Amino acid sequence: MRTVLQARAMKAAVVVFPGSNCDRDCKVAIERSAGARVEMVWHQETALPDDLDLIVLPGGFSYGDYLRCGAMAAQSPVMKEVVTAANNGVAVVGICNGFQVLTEVGLLPGALLRNAGLKYVCKPVGLDIVNGQTRFTAGYGEQRQAVMTVGNGEGNYFADEETLDRLEGEGQVVFRYQENPNGSARNIAGIVNKGGNVLGLMPHPDRAFDADLGSEDGAVLFRSIFQSA
Amino acid sequence: MKATVHVFLKPGVLDVQGKAVENALHGLGWPSVKEARVGRVIEFDLDATDAEAAKAEVKAMCEKLLANTVIESYRIDIA
Repeated sequence: MRTVLQARAMKAAVVVFPGSNCDRDCKVAIERSAGARVEMVWHQETALPDDLDLIVLPGGFSYGDYLRCGAMAAQSPVMKEVVTAANNGVAVVGICNGFQVLTEVGLLPGALLRNAGLKYVCKPVGLDIVNGQTRFTAGYGEQRQAVMTVGNGEGNYFADEETLDRLEGEGQVVFRYQENPNGSARNIAGIVNKGGNVLGLMPHPDRAFDADLGSEDGAVLFRSIFQSA
Repeated sequence: MKATVHVFLKPGVLDVQGKAVENALHGLGWPSVKEARVGRVIEFDLDATDAEAAKAEVKAMCEKLLANTVIESYRIDIA
């Protein structure tokens, strides 16, 4: 069984919304860091490719951030399929705008508010890997810190106190900022759902998959997903 | 009928835009301004004759799309 699983080429889909701008980055990052096959899926699709190991909602400004970041994308036809796949246990990662979409569609709790400092923040940030036991972080092993770039105007994670306590209590907080760049509640940079198969994070692993980009820590995240698939 | 939906961040949710506007107004010589909040207004026509039924319909729209009730509250006016 094990050999059969390893023989099958790992497969990922990157959803492309109008206004996504990190979709290509995600494709290249996943191909180069994990050697997986990546299909681009237009948001109007009503079906996803078969046998997916990973679905990525990329960063960008889907629908021009109209109404609220991620609100319109959450209503895209393809999102029904993404929700179904997530409920069936397929790994889903929402990066930046993708994280916003995941909260808007209800796969992750909370919301992303305007940055406390009002400014768009674009810089590498130090992260603590709070939970190294998830399928997204198992590959970090003993490594407890990572560096990835953030680039967002609305990355200020918000949830009510009860939800935050629950997230922390259940080990759903996966990444925390070492220095909070945007006012996020409890320095939260990334969370997983209860089932542990849906990750939302504001920092970009897709901008940290090669030493030439300043960090390779994002590659570990992508590899980790396929190793645990 | 005309529906007007006002959406604001809930009390207790930091409204940084409101804060910035408030600070700007202070700087322009209106120090008495307090608790400025920035929200959004959505207007549309609705093919309906019964105000109560229209309101219920618009409420469903708010819950589904127009507001994110994790962070926002809304007010509906039907005229």
